[in-house]
Amino acid sequence: MALLDIQEITVRFGGHTALSNVSLAAEPGEITGLIGPNGAGKTTLFNVVSGLQQPGEGQVLIDGTDVTRLRPSRRARLGLARTFQRLEMFTMLSVRENIRVAADIHKGWARTKVDPAAQVDQILERVGLSELADLRVTKLSTGQGRLVELGRALACEPKVLLLDEPASGQDESETERFAALLRELAAEGLAVVLVEHDVPLVMRECHRINVLDFGKLIASGTPDEIQSNAEVLEAYLGSPAATP
Amino acid sequence: METFLVYTFIGLTTAAIYAVIASGLVLTYTTTGVFNFAHGAIGMLAAFAYWQMHEAWHWPTLVAVLVDLLVLGPLLGLFLERVIMRGLGGTSEATKLVVSISLLVAMIGLANVLWNPDVGRTVYPFFNGRKIRLGPTALSYHQLITIIVAILVALGLRLLLTRSRLGVTMRAVVDDPALTQLNGAHPTRVAQFSWAIGCSLAALGGVLVVSSTVLNASGLALLIVNAYAAAIFGRLRSLPLTFVGAIILGLADGYLRGYLPQNDYLTALPLAAPAILLFIVLLAMPNRRLRTHVRTREYFPAPTVRGAVLFCIVVLLGGLMMATTMSTIDLPTYSQLFAIGIIALSLVPLVGFAGQISLCQLSFAGIGAVCMAHVGINGNPLGFVVAILVCGVVGALVALPALRLQGIYLALATAAFAVFLDQWVFHLPDFDVGPIHLGSTTVVPHIMHFSTFSLGSVNVSTVKLFGYNVITPTAQMVLATVLFVICFAIVCFIRRSRFGRRLLAMRDSEAACATFGLDLLGTRLSVFAMSAAMAGLGGALYGTQLTAVTPDRFNFVAGLPIFMMVVVGGAGFASAGLFAGVSLNALLPFMTTVFNSFGKYQLILTGGVGIGLGREPSGAAPQIATGFIALREDLPVIVSMLCLMVVTWAGRLINLYPNWPMLIALFVIFVGAVAIASRRRLVARGIARAAVTGAAAADVEEVPLEWVGVTVPWTPELLAKTEQVLGLGSVTYEAVGAATIRRGGAS
Repeated sequence: MALLDIQEITVRFGGHTALSNVSLAAEPGEITGLIGPNGAGKTTLFNVVSGLQQPGEGQVLIDGTDVTRLRPSRRARLGLARTFQRLEMFTMLSVRENIRVAADIHKGWARTKVDPAAQVDQILERVGLSELADLRVTKLSTGQGRLVELGRALACEPKVLLLDEPASGQDESETERFAALLRELAAEGLAVVLVEHDVPLVMRECHRINVLDFGKLIASGTPDEIQSNAEVLEAYLGSPAATP
Repeated sequence: METFLVYTFIGLTTAAIYAVIASGLVLTYTTTGVFNFAHGAIGMLAAFAYWQMHEAWHWPTLVAVLVDLLVLGPLLGLFLERVIMRGLGGTSEATKLVVSISLLVAMIGLANVLWNPDVGRTVYPFFNGRKIRLGPTALSYHQLITIIVAILVALGLRLLLTRSRLGVTMRAVVDDPALTQLNGAHPTRVAQFSWAIGCSLAALGGVLVVSSTVLNASGLALLIVNAYAAAIFGRLRSLPLTFVGAIILGLADGYLRGYLPQNDYLTALPLAAPAILLFIVLLAMPNRRLRTHVRTREYFPAPTVRGAVLFCIVVLLGGLMMATTMSTIDLPTYSQLFAIGIIALSLVPLVGFAGQISLCQLSFAGIGAVCMAHVGINGNPLGFVVAILVCGVVGALVALPALRLQGIYLALATAAFAVFLDQWVFHLPDFDVGPIHLGSTTVVPHIMHFSTFSLGSVNVSTVKLFGYNVITPTAQMVLATVLFVICFAIVCFIRRSRFGRRLLAMRDSEAACATFGLDLLGTRLSVFAMSAAMAGLGGALYGTQLTAVTPDRFNFVAGLPIFMMVVVGGAGFASAGLFAGVSLNALLPFMTTVFNSFGKYQLILTGGVGIGLGREPSGAAPQIATGFIALREDLPVIVSMLCLMVVTWAGRLINLYPNWPMLIALFVIFVGAVAIASRRRLVARGIARAAVTGAAAADVEEVPLEWVGVTVPWTPELLAKTEQVLGLGSVTYEAVGAATIRRGGAS
C-alpha cells in the first residue's frame, strides 16, 4: 500500500483554483517526482500534505491514516517530513543547532533512546555539512541551506519525505552528491516526493513522475512515458509537439 | 425614554470621537505598516495646543481649531514620517512597537514639560455648551458638531480613497509598494501624506474629546487608546467596520454609565470596558496561518558560560559594594533596580527568544506583590513561592486565548489585559467566591477569599529567611542582588538549553517547527507562564521593598518603559534585564540627585532612547559587549581587575575615603582593565595572524585564487600565479584610494 496517498485534493484561493481534483501516491522505496511550470500548484500541494494549507475537498492519507484534519505537528509524528522552497532556517542558530532542534523535538515525541548529539553528527556527515557545522546558517549559500533543511527533516526519521526544489541553488557536484543521497534514502525504504525544476535530474532519479499544470494533474507515469507525453510537452513548450 | 435618549446621544458622541481617531490609525497602519501607539498621544498634544491657543491666548475658536488641524497636525505627521518612521523598514514587530511606544512616552513627557501637570486646565465645549431641543431631550451644539464631523470624516475618507488618484495610489501601496513604485507612484510621498492626514485626524479627535474630560497628559493619551478597539474591529483595514466598531464601543460606554448599578464592585467597570471589548474582538479574529520566515535585522548569539559567570560575579560584587557603602536613605531606592531588573529579565525569554510580545509584565508583577502581601504575612517566604505559582497560572490563562494572536495583535491583547487589571481588578474591594457546584461536581469546595489592593494600598512585610528578618536596607539590597543573579543565571541557562533553541527556532519559523512535530501551543504556553512567573517573583520582591503598595505602581503606563528598555538593551540578551533596571531605577534617580530639574525631562529622555532603537535593532547590549569581549577572554586581567576593585572597596569600608573617590577609582579600574585587555588581544592576534600567514605561504597551491586578498594576504608568489592564470602578462599595481587596483604597463 502507498505510504502517502493524496486523494482528489482541491484548493481554492478566492476565485482562483490552485489545485483541482489532484490525486497521487508515493510508494516506500521509491522517488516520486512532481514537476510542472511555475504556479502549477506544486508547493500548494506540499502545504496541503504537511497541513499548512487546508484543502477545500479531498483527503490525505499517511500510512493508511486519514490526516486531512490533523495539525501539522500530528502529521509529523506519523512520519511526515518536508523541506521548504523558500528556506525556513532558524537564522539565530548554527548549522548544528538547526539540526539539533529537530532532533530534540523528534526525541521528545518519539521517546527514542538515541543520543541526539550523536545523531546530529551522523546527519551532518551524511548530508556533507560536517565542516560547516558551527557556522551560523546565514553564512551559508542557498544550496548549503537546502542541505540543512534536508538534515533537519532526516533528524525526524521520517517515512515520507517531501523535498521542495532541493537542488535549486546547488552546483553540479552538489547535485550529484545529493542525488546519490536520495537513492540511498529510497533504498532504506523512505517514500521520497521530489518537486524539482531540474528536469534531467528528475528523469534520471525518479521511479514515477507526476506532472501538474494550472492545478490539474495532466500526466502520471514512468520517466519514459512522461517524456513522450504530448500534453506534458505542450505544458512545458507551449505548443503541440510537432510530428515529424 | 428620555434618559435612554440622553445616554444614546452621549454614547454616539463618544462613538464619533472614537471613529475619527480610529480611522486615522487605520489609515497610517494600512499605508505604512506601523501601528502607531502614539496616535492617542498626538491627539493629546493637539488638545493641549488647542487649550494654549484658545484658552490661554484667547484666539477665536475657529482659528485655533484650524491651526491645530491644518498646520500643527500635518506638520507633526511629516516630521514623524521623515525622522522616525522611515527608518523602520525590515525590523521586527517588537522594534516597531517599541519605537511608537517610546514616542508615546516621550510625548507625555513633552506635554508635562510644556504644560505643568500640577496646574488645572479646563477647555469649554464649543458654543459654551449651549443646547438645542430635540424632541423630548436636548443635545448640545458640541455633541451635534462632533457627530456631524465624524460623518463628514467618513464621507471624506471614502471619497479620498475611492475617487482621488492619491487615494487609489494609497490603496495600491498597501498591496505592493514595490509594484506601485514601478508604476510611477512615490511610496514615500504616499507615506508622508497618510502620516499628515493620520495626525490631523488624531488632532481632531483630541480637540473634540478634550471638553468632556480633564486635560491630563497620560490620561488623555490613554483615553484615546480606547479608540484602538474600534480600529481592531475593522481588523485595522476596513474603515466602514471601524466606524461600526466605534458606534458599538461608544454606545456600550454610554449605556454602562447610564444603567450600571452603582456599587464598589462595578463603578470602575466602564473604565475597563473598552479594554474588555478589545480583548473580545481580538479573540474573534480568524485563525492566522503559521508564521513562516521573515527576515529581520536582529541577532542574539548565546552567552558563553564564562561570560555569564563573570557577569554574575560582577553584579554580585556591585550589589555588595552598594549594600555596604550607600547610605540607608539611598539604599531602598537603588535596591529597586534589581526588582525592576527581574521583571525586565522576564521579558527576555518571551520577547527576545520566542519573539512574542507582552505589555502586561508589570501587571503580573502587581499580582505577585498582592500574593506577597497576603501570603507573606509576618515575613513568610512562602509568599515568593505563591507569587511565582499564581503568576505562572495567570500567565498561562492569559496566554491560552491570546496565543492565537501575533505581533501587534498580541501586544494589544496583553495591553488590554493590563488595562483591565489596573482600571478594574486592582480597584476591587475584597470579595468571596465559593463554594461552587456545577451539577454534581464541586468546582470550588470552600469559600475563597479574594483580595487585591483592598481599595487603596496593601502592606507587604519584609521576608524572614532561615530565621533572619531581611529588614535593614543593607540586607534587602543583598537579597535583591542574589535573586537577580539567580534569575539572570536561569535566563542564560534557558538560552543555552534545548528549550531556548526551540524558542529561537519558533521565532524564525513556526511552520518549520510544526513540520518536525513540535507542539507549538504547549511551547508558547510554557514560555508565557515561565515569564509571568518570573515577573511575579520580581513583583513580590518589589513589594517587600516598597512596603506599602498601591495599584498605580503596576499600571499599564508604568510598565511601558520597562518593555522599552529591555528591547533597547537587546531583548535577546539576559544583560538587557540589568540594562533596564539600571537605566530606569539607578541612572534616572542618580541624575535627578545631580541635576535637580532632570526629573522633569526624564520621560522625554527615556522616550528618546527608545526612538533611537530604529537605527540599531539588536539593541545596545551587543555594542556594549564588543568592548568587553576582550576583557571576558582575558583571565589574568579579569582577576587583577576584580582584586583591585575589592581593595578599593575595602579601603572605603575602613573609612579611608568617602563614596565619591571610590566610585571614581572603580570607574578608572574598569576602563583601564578594558583598555589593557583590548591591547593584549590585539597583540595576541598579531602573533596569530603571523602564524596564519606563514601557513598560507606553505600551501599556496591550496588557496583558491579568487580568495586571495580575502582569506589570505597578497604575496608576490600568489600575485604571479594569478597573473599567469589570467594571462595578464606583466602588470603593475599601485594603491589608489580604497585599495583600488589599476592596471598599468604594457601587456
